[in-house]
Amino acid sequence: MNTLATAKRILTQLRHDHRTVALMVLLPSLLLVLLRYVFDSEQAFSRAAPALLGVFPFTIMFIVTSITTLRERLTATLERLMTMPIGKIDLLLGYALAFGLVAVVQVAVAATVALTWLGLGISGSVWLLLVIAVLDALLGMALGLFASAFARTEFQAVQFMPAIVMPQVLLCGLFVPRDEMATVLDRVSDVLPLSYAVDALTQVTTSSEVDGTLIRNLLVIAGCALVALLLGAATLRRRTP
Amino acid sequence: MDLFDSPVEVIIQHMSNAVSVDRLRVVRGGREVVRGVGFDVPRGSVTGLLGPSGCGKTTLLRAVVGVQVVASGGVTVLGHPAGSPVLRRRIGYSTQSPSVYADLTVAENLRYFASILRAPRGDVDRVLEEVGLKGNVDQLVTTLSGGEKSRASLAVALLGKPEVIVLDEPTVGLDPVLREELWLLFHRLADAGAALLVSSHVMDEAARCDRLLLMRDGALLADDTPDALRAQTGTPDLEQAFLALVRR
Repeated sequence: MNTLATAKRILTQLRHDHRTVALMVLLPSLLLVLLRYVFDSEQAFSRAAPALLGVFPFTIMFIVTSITTLRERLTATLERLMTMPIGKIDLLLGYALAFGLVAVVQVAVAATVALTWLGLGISGSVWLLLVIAVLDALLGMALGLFASAFARTEFQAVQFMPAIVMPQVLLCGLFVPRDEMATVLDRVSDVLPLSYAVDALTQVTTSSEVDGTLIRNLLVIAGCALVALLLGAATLRRRTP
Repeated sequence: MDLFDSPVEVIIQHMSNAVSVDRLRVVRGGREVVRGVGFDVPRGSVTGLLGPSGCGKTTLLRAVVGVQVVASGGVTVLGHPAGSPVLRRRIGYSTQSPSVYADLTVAENLRYFASILRAPRGDVDRVLEEVGLKGNVDQLVTTLSGGEKSRASLAVALLGKPEVIVLDEPTVGLDPVLREELWLLFHRLADAGAALLVSSHVMDEAARCDRLLLMRDGALLADDTPDALRAQTGTPDLEQAFLALVRR
């Protein structure tokens, strides 16, 4: 009940902010179009695009959520909510639900553009591709919620993006396949959740088989998102110093 | 209360107090900002918390609503320790800076908080009427004036008819007419049985309170009615009374 009310409130806030909605829905698609013509080859694009279908929503959701929650912490609305009968997890799930819906729209638009216009071919299920990309967006959202607890200002919060997101993008296998990287880096990439997302997306594109590895990768992404969300809940305090 | 109070009187006094603060100490950033403060807020009255900016008023109010980490001492609200889950529907709080969403309309803000509080349907209209924002219902908060924003924030604190209402500087930046109207509203709410604890740094608001807590440097200088304070310090003016107490 409180979760739904919170999700509705956040979506209403977004509805009043047309520019942010436009950026969130269209930006990943525009970046994919740009990438398609940077490569100027359907084969090369088809190799990189699935990973980016996960990376773009992940990054955008991270930024949007970390700023939104930080704003809630900095303005006194969070303090007021903490005096009211709403659970911390209600609040975070409200965020997850609202931004999750936005992520679905964002990913659906980007995937449609990539599959119909830009010539991305996938062997596996389109629905599975969407599910993975939405999970990625949720993971970015949950990490953003968590990261916002460590930022004192919005200026710091935006800089968490390069700090937390970029290493994962560099190591996720997008630039160099993970097994071709130095052993140390490969090991590091093993503990970064985005690596599993990119593995899963790549697998869905290249094969129609749904095997144990794919299921494991999906569970890892969902598990990481859940852990980040719970850690985020732990950083919300009713009493502050 | 003194030793000669009968047990019955003690109980009645206890029941009539909505908030009891006992030897409260709060340390923030290594500094003791509330230094052993104790007072009661009776039901059905407006208690003013007055003192200069930075004297610890906000910290004290935060302790009463249960969002402040305290070093020692106790705060009891409606018979429960401050911050208890049972109090979250029975206490209304408005922070010093308007705690409403700037990118929602006035009505959207109120509907959200009303649904969290499970406030009855007509409540949004009632509180809008009370704070005089009927004409701004569909306006985005960001487009409101400073005074309108703080009234929107005040309106949220009145949702669900709370028994204890804690307001941090609710009248800052309001014109005299609106200020007058809000003080009349505070007294109407008190007459209906609520306990109000209202902070201000403007001494001319002191005379409008039933009881006064004068605070300076984290400690209470006085806890009395305005008339008693005037009599005690021998000045007709509360600002002068405050000065007299500081100099003692």
